[in-house]
This record gives sequence, structure tokens and C-alpha cells, in this order.
Amino acid sequence: MLVMTCPYCGAHCEETELTPGGEAHLTRFGPGSGDTEFEGYLFYRKNPKGVHFERWRHAYGCGIWFHAARCTVTLEVFGTYSAQLTEPPADLVAKIKQKRPDWEGWA
Amino acid sequence: MNQRVADGTLIDRTREIAFEFNGTRLKGHPGDTLASALLANGKRMVGRSFKYHRPRGIVASGAEEPNALLGIGRGPRFEPNQRATNTELFDGLQAQSQNHWPSLEFDVGAINASVASVAPVFSAGFYYKTFMFPKIAWKHVYEPFIRQAAGLGKAPSEADADTYEHFHAHTDVLVIGGGIAGILAAKSAAAEGAEVLLVEQAPHWGGRALVDSEEIDGKPTADWVSAEIAALEGLPNVKLRSRCMGAGLYDHGYAMLYERVADHAPQAGVPRHRLWRVRAKQIVVASGAIERPLTFAYNDVPGVMLASAVRDYLGLYGVAPGQSMVLAANNDDAYRTALAMIAAGLSVEAVVDTRREVTGALPQAVREAGVRVLPGHGIAKVHGKTEVHAVEIGRLSGAGRLLGGTEKVYCDLVAMSGGWSPVVHLFSHCGGKLRWDDAAAMFRPAPERAAPLGHDGAVNTHCAGAANGALQAAECMADALAAGAAAAGGKSTTKPPKIDAPEEAPMEPHWFTPAAGKLNTGTKHWVDFQNDVTAADVRLAAQEGYESVEHTKRYTTLGMATDQGKLSNINGLALLAAELGKKIPEVGTTTFRPPYTPISMGAITGRNRGPLFKAIRQTRMHGWHAEHGASFEPVGDWYRPYAFLRPGETRAKAVTREILNTRENVGLLDASTLGKIAVKGPDAATFLDLIYTNMMSSLKIGRCRYGLMCTENGFLFDDGVVVRVSEDEYLLHTTSGGADRVHGHLEEWLQTEWWDLKVHTANVTDQWAQVAVAGPKARTVIEAAGVDADISAEALPFMSWIETRIAGCPVRIFRISFSGELSYEIATPANYGLALWHALLDAGADHSIMPYGTEALHVMRAEKGFIMIGDETDGTVTPQDLGLSWAVSKKKTDFIGKRAMERPDLIRADRKQLVGLLTENPREVIPDGAHAVDQITAPPMRTIGHVTSTYFSPSLGHSIAMALIERGSERMGEVLTFPLEGDKVLKARVVDPVFLDKEGARQNV
Repeated sequence: MLVMTCPYCGAHCEETELTPGGEAHLTRFGPGSGDTEFEGYLFYRKNPKGVHFERWRHAYGCGIWFHAARCTVTLEVFGTYSAQLTEPPADLVAKIKQKRPDWEGWA
Repeated sequence: MNQRVADGTLIDRTREIAFEFNGTRLKGHPGDTLASALLANGKRMVGRSFKYHRPRGIVASGAEEPNALLGIGRGPRFEPNQRATNTELFDGLQAQSQNHWPSLEFDVGAINASVASVAPVFSAGFYYKTFMFPKIAWKHVYEPFIRQAAGLGKAPSEADADTYEHFHAHTDVLVIGGGIAGILAAKSAAAEGAEVLLVEQAPHWGGRALVDSEEIDGKPTADWVSAEIAALEGLPNVKLRSRCMGAGLYDHGYAMLYERVADHAPQAGVPRHRLWRVRAKQIVVASGAIERPLTFAYNDVPGVMLASAVRDYLGLYGVAPGQSMVLAANNDDAYRTALAMIAAGLSVEAVVDTRREVTGALPQAVREAGVRVLPGHGIAKVHGKTEVHAVEIGRLSGAGRLLGGTEKVYCDLVAMSGGWSPVVHLFSHCGGKLRWDDAAAMFRPAPERAAPLGHDGAVNTHCAGAANGALQAAECMADALAAGAAAAGGKSTTKPPKIDAPEEAPMEPHWFTPAAGKLNTGTKHWVDFQNDVTAADVRLAAQEGYESVEHTKRYTTLGMATDQGKLSNINGLALLAAELGKKIPEVGTTTFRPPYTPISMGAITGRNRGPLFKAIRQTRMHGWHAEHGASFEPVGDWYRPYAFLRPGETRAKAVTREILNTRENVGLLDASTLGKIAVKGPDAATFLDLIYTNMMSSLKIGRCRYGLMCTENGFLFDDGVVVRVSEDEYLLHTTSGGADRVHGHLEEWLQTEWWDLKVHTANVTDQWAQVAVAGPKARTVIEAAGVDADISAEALPFMSWIETRIAGCPVRIFRISFSGELSYEIATPANYGLALWHALLDAGADHSIMPYGTEALHVMRAEKGFIMIGDETDGTVTPQDLGLSWAVSKKKTDFIGKRAMERPDLIRADRKQLVGLLTENPREVIPDGAHAVDQITAPPMRTIGHVTSTYFSPSLGHSIAMALIERGSERMGEVLTFPLEGDKVLKARVVDPVFLDKEGARQNV
């Protein structure tokens, strides 16, 4: 039962208020894309043991989608941020890097 | 025989209460547990074991009890497998023992045990090895026999008469355990200003200290505990709850507590149990420790008990579990039991200690009382069938043998202590790691390896006192004060209370006490009393290659069932380690999972039963439907009329009548449940072009268009009619069950992919009531009801809509049809719904109007070959599969699912395609989901597709079906074969799925 802060409404959310949405920062490959690109987009997801960027929706609250950086091992939530970003904010990346020196970066 | 020998700390001997055990009326005192009251009445044998049906007695005094599992209560308040040691006695309590037939004293199943001595049919892995052949015997001989003989308790046969509830709480610091460690941790956390919740599973506070410490800070221990609890109760920032067990710890400080509110005083109006769902910033686990049994031959005979339990019964309840005792131990602490027996005027025949040297202060005190203390000795064998009457004691060699002969010592009670194991369950529930402490021979929390963390990555769970491995009173109290303060973010400066505890000499691990002859193989050395697992079973598992402790658990059943190995785990894995030639920490423990002890199903359910099980959505016309014979069915969260039954009418007859009347005259459908989503903004048209497979930007104001939504996989996801309200506003109709899902889908794409589009969406399903008027007389009825606009075929053609009033109700009239008839769907603001419904019914009275339900709707749409999401689709079906290519735009550069539709798998020629089916026998309806096959062979047969919708069509007088069939569009006219249950075969011809009025003449009038 995770706890996360919704970056939009500020609520400290119980996991039951949220719905998960899988990996964040996927690039959509639509019409015109090659088979490999499209296959990657449709079927392949990262499954790291450690830092993971993921999508959540404050479904039983403000209804807003947001992104979270979370450790899949310790369940530490490093931070949450707007879903309308194509990469994690630099300060969050720096914070994670400081806490997890071995982390290879988000990309 | 009355075994009450003294006043106990917890009981009130001035009052008596009556209870029943196996139909016999017995007496106890307020404050007794069922276990103490049974022992006070001389009832030592309380059940029979799981596999061998051996006589079993009370072993423990708390949550770790493996044997004393009883059925408590009667009828709707009966519950099996209740631990007598955790059941408070109340007036009128009724208890029954389990696992025996015909009676506790004489049991047929005990023959298993004697059979077992000849051939080990119930040894490790017996489930997998025996009862295999002949196959037929399993069903008729083995299984009925096992079911009769085995099993813990019997399930209740009536619905539970009690109520249960859930309770949510937030706190800074949750302290689990109300012994001296918990009390002091709560005290020091509270001193730091934290909000503290302190919970204790027992009805009383103080834990083991009540028995094991005479004085704390110069006061009798019970008085010290009362004063400390009173002081905590006086603090505004501390809440206390007894009878409230820490059941489980989960991520980020989420804790589940189990409060037994009224088990001790069953009554109406009070919930029996309460499930607490607590979110704590910090948690202190002060759950104490559990004593371990020793593994000697026939250690399961009633009268063999944990040493700590013996002195609990003496000290807390004034009950003597026996008159003359032999104590077997490997540590100093156990000598407290000998001292307690002596203090109560009872006899201690001998103390056998597996240690070579016994030098501590406690053993010395026992020696001084004149008791024979035998270092380097153990119990070689217990004599007695249903009760202990003697033990054989002998000198042990270091190599696990008996040296010389044994001596028979007569006694009626054996107290045993193999050392203590910290209760690390809660700490382990959410990731806390353990380390093996060689000196104390125990697993203890190792927060330095891993401790449960909060959302911020900081440690949020601390163990305190005995649960942390601090077994001695003085270190336990200092540890607890530090843990409480740390949880509250401070450092304790409080000095631990003074306690006069004698210095204890180190214990020495001892895992197996040798016996003479064949017995030394361990076949009568019980490790797990509840599951009848012996040392020999553990050895056999190791010999057969079960090296992992998790596998051994499942193979031998060690540590399973209701006690989850609270007594047996450490002994079992020590034996496994010895057998494998490994160290105990290399073997490791099995996984600790919540709940700590079993909690009631009622508590898990809480109030969510009966009408509160699930919220039901009702339309504004629901009351009218209920009064007019509606037989309801659930559709998503809605309850919709399946059909309106007239007196004496069956559902099937009503459906037929409703269909025929709609086709001949006019029908009225409550379509309010239809999903309605408003989409508004300058980019609404652009957005909907991306959402739908067909073009929505070209839809003209005042017009409607049927649209399809796919997922990015190219599979059909929802369908419905889209209405253009204005240049920048659309109204989307979705399936009744799909409105929330579709709205979520729109928001997801809008927020996470196309956030640059200026669009708002709103789920307005509940804002509108909607009524479909369908049938040849539909227009006449609406006109008769009084409509403010021209609704003629010319003014309001098919697939158009207008905003106007009917009988004074503001309405939107959509000329759309799901029945194939002349049809108007009329939406009105929800509060007008019932008024509009009445106005249309009144207006239709002269035109044979009848309401119709969802089944008529389904049959009529199938007659027209219209698909139903969830019937014809299952998440793997494309629009093309359903013959809906016409609704998939070829002009648009992009929409959700467009790229996927180019995938080879989605365009291969042998995909299943939608077809209609007409059965050869027109009266015979194909079962839903029936598979068509190429040819009838022995199973398995190759399927070529399956039936998705199937009905008897009253309009056609013929059975019809829709099916997804491989290369279906190429098979028109082909007769398909459907093998059904019991060799029955049904044949049906492939036809176009539009069965009725292909030209649409009926709706275009």
C-alpha cells in the first residue's frame, strides 16, 4: 500500500486512490513507423530492479495523470511530477543520482 | 478434579461463570481463558491431531498454541479452529473439540497412527506418494476417507449472525505489543510529543512481566503495569487498545490490526471484530518472543507443555497444569517454572538440563529448594497415552546418544524449554531481514541488512525488547525506550525502571534429544504438533533432496495451517540444517506472511455484505420499473430491467411479447444507463478524429454518427453514436458498462499524449435520463405526447437530432435506432426522466405501447446484426473482423489503433470473422460460446470459431446466432458442425449476420 503525493492537487494519496499506468515517457510510434519501432512501443517495457519512472492516475481524486520515480526494490518514492513532460525534471534526476550513485540514468 | 491452587493475577475467584465443553457443564472464573478454565477442570486432552488423530493437550498459553483448537459457539455464531488459549471465558460459552469421530476419548481415526507404525503411509510427502493407485480408488476410497478423517474443524453451516466493521486511523507512532517493551516504547515516543497508538493482542497489559518479574521500580509488577497504563491513558497524545492484535505490516507504514471487540462478551449491537487499517509514520514492533519446545520422544502426549505456559497458568490463573513436574530445559529462564511450581506447593521431581554445566542463579535457587538438577541430561521418552504418567530420563553424549541406562521418573506434567525465538513476523512482513544469533540460537531482526521503509526511503519500523532479541528484562526495557524515542525522532533520556532480575547463564542450542533403539530415528519426536510432522519426516525430506526450507515445508507440511509454525519452524529448520550438513542461517527461514494469527472472514468483509456488498446505480425510472414487474439484471454497476413480467408470465414469454409489440406497435426502453460523455473545446474535432476509427470532424452540427474506438493494439474497445452539438462540442454515447472506462481512456490520451489539444471532457451520464421510443408507431406516440418541433421524416431524418420539448420536458431527440425500427432516443435532464417516461406511456396508451427490457433490446439488435461490445468483442477482435471496415477511415493520417491494423497478425486472411448462423432445426438455439469444428474427432478437436450471441428470434420465428468463424466471410452457405455436451451435434448454416430488414426500410420511414 504505497503512498504518493499527487503533484497536481497536492493530496497525499493512498494506493487505493490511484491507478497504475505502467512505464512513463514512452514515445508513441504511430502510422508510418517501422515494425521494430512499433513493436518496441506496443510490447516492450523496462522492468528494472531499482529506479523506475512510471505513470499513475489520481483516479479517485482529482483524476489527473502524473509521473512517479520509484524504486521497485525498496519502494522508495523519489518524487512525483507532471505527466506533461517528456523527461524527468533535472532536480529529481540529481536527487536520485545522489541517493543511488550506481544508477545508470533514466533514459 | 479442581486444579485451582491459588489466586491468579488475572482472575476473580469471588465469582464463578459456567461454560460447556463437549456438552459437559464446567465452571471457571472471570478473567480465565478457555484453556485455563479447561485445565482448572482437569481437562488436559482437548483434541486430536490432524493426521494420526493422536490425543493432544494444551501446550502453550498464547497465540502460538498448536493443539487446543476448538469449535466455539452454536449455529450462526459457530466458528471452528479457535485457540482456547486466546479465547476469553464468558458465561454460557460453548466449545467442542475437533478432529475426532465418534468421540474425543475414542477415535476411529487413531488407527492411522498404528497403521503408520507398520508402514509409514502418513510420513513426509504422503500426499504425493500414497493413494496413487489404482486411479479409480482415489475418488471412491482414498478421498472420502481422507476428507472424513482429516481437516481442521468443520465449516459453519449458517450465515454469520454477527456484525463486523473496518476502522481507519492515522498516527505518528504505532506501537504493537503491550508488554513492558511496548509500554516503555509508547511512553518514550509520547514524551517526544508524537501521537501514539499502543495495541496489545491480549485483554491485559504487561505481557510476560506479570509472571516473570516480581517487582519493577520497587512495586509489584502488576501495580507498576497498572500505573504506567493509567499514566499513558492520561496523556492526550496516546491511545490504547487491548484485545487488538497487530496482524500485518505492509508498504509505507500501512498496518492491519485485528480488534476482538466482543468475542469475550457476545451481544447484539456491538461489532464482534474490528479490522483497523492504520497508516503510521513510524512503527515499533514490541511483539515479544515465543518459547520453543524440545524434540524428545512422545513429546506430544497431553501434559507436556512449554515451561513458560506452565508458570503462566500458575501465576495468571492460579491453575496447576499438573501436580508433579519434570522440567526439561537448555536455558536458565525455564527454571522460573520450577520455582513457580515450588512456590505453589507443587512438586518438581527433577530438572534435566541438556547443558553440561548449569551454574546460573535461577538453577541455583532451584537446587536450594531441594530439587534434583541433572546437567547433561534429557528426556529419552514420555510414558502415557492420553496423559503423561512418567518420563525416562538419561545422560546425553555429545554425539546424540544416550549414555548408559535411563531412569523412570513418575510425574503428570512435563515442562520443556528449548530457548526463545523473537516474534519477528511483523518486521518480516514488509521486507525486514533477519540474522542468526549463534549465542542465543535465534533469528533476530537485522535492520542493518534491510528494514521496512517509508515512502521517503527512511526506516519506518523498529523492533523493541524481546522482539528485537533483547530477552533479559533490563536490556529489553532500555532497548524499548530507545526504540520509542527513535520512532518519534528523538533520543531517549529516560532511565530504564529498576528491575531485580537474576543474571542468566548462556543457553545452549539443543535440537534433538536422543532416545533408545528405534525411537532414536525420530518417528515419535514431534516437531510440528499441529501438522503431525516428526523429526523423521524432516530427515526423510532432506534425504529425498528437499534442500530448500520452502520446499521442505510444503513436502512435510511443517509450519503450515493455523499456527504457521510458531512453535515448530526453528526446530524444524535446525533439524533440516543438521541433516544437510549446513548452518542454520544457510538454510534460512520460510517467508512470514500476514496475518500473524488467523483473522475472521467477517473482519475482512466488514460491513460489505448483503445490500452493502456493492453499490447499485439506479435510473430515475427505477421505482416505476420495480412497481411494474421488472425483473432486473446487473449491467456494469447499473440494475436494468431484463423484462417487465406480467402476472403469471415467465421471463421468456415477457421478452417475446415485448419484441413482437415493439416490431408491430411501439416499445419504450429506459436507456438512461447509456454512457454519455461531453467533449468540448476548439480542438474537440481534432481529438475525436484521433479517438475514433472513423472521421468525426466532418460530422455536421445536428447530425449523429456511429463510431468505433480501438485501443492502440487495433482491437475494438467501445462503440456508440457520436452527436455534434456545436462547432466545438460533441456528445459521445458509450456502452452502458463502459462510460467510466471510455472517459478514462479519453483523459489518458488527452493528458499524457495530446496535452497540447484544447479539449475538456466530462462524464455526463448521470445528468441525463434517456428513453428510446421504437416501433412503427413511435412518431405517432411522440406527437401525441406533445412535441414542440416537427419530427417528420423530412424535418428529422435518420441520424439527425434536435433540441426541443416534449410534454414540457426539455429534450434532445436523437433519431437513431438499435432495434432496426423507426426509433427516437430522447434525452432529458435527469430530474425530468420520470415525467417524460409517464408522458410517453400516457400518450402511447391508445397505441399499445409497452415498456421493454434489455433482453428484448439484445434480441432485436441481434436480429439486425448489430454487434454488442463484450459479446462480439473480447479484446482481440478488430473492426475488420466484425465487417465494420466501413467505419474505419482510410483518409485519416492517424487514429488510435491505425498503425496496429497494419500488423501482419491483424491482416492475415484466416482471422475469425463475424457471420450469422441459422440452425438447421429452427427451434433449436445453439448454446452461447459453442465451438464449431472442422470435423468431429476424438477430443481435442480443432475449433474454427465460436458462437458470440445466440437467441430465438420471435420476429423471424427462427433460432439465430452470431459467431466468429475462421475465414467466415468466405463460408456463406456452408453448414458448420457444433459438437455439444454428451455427443450431441448441432448443425447451422452460415449466413449474413443481418437477419432482418437488410435494406433498413423499417427504420427509414
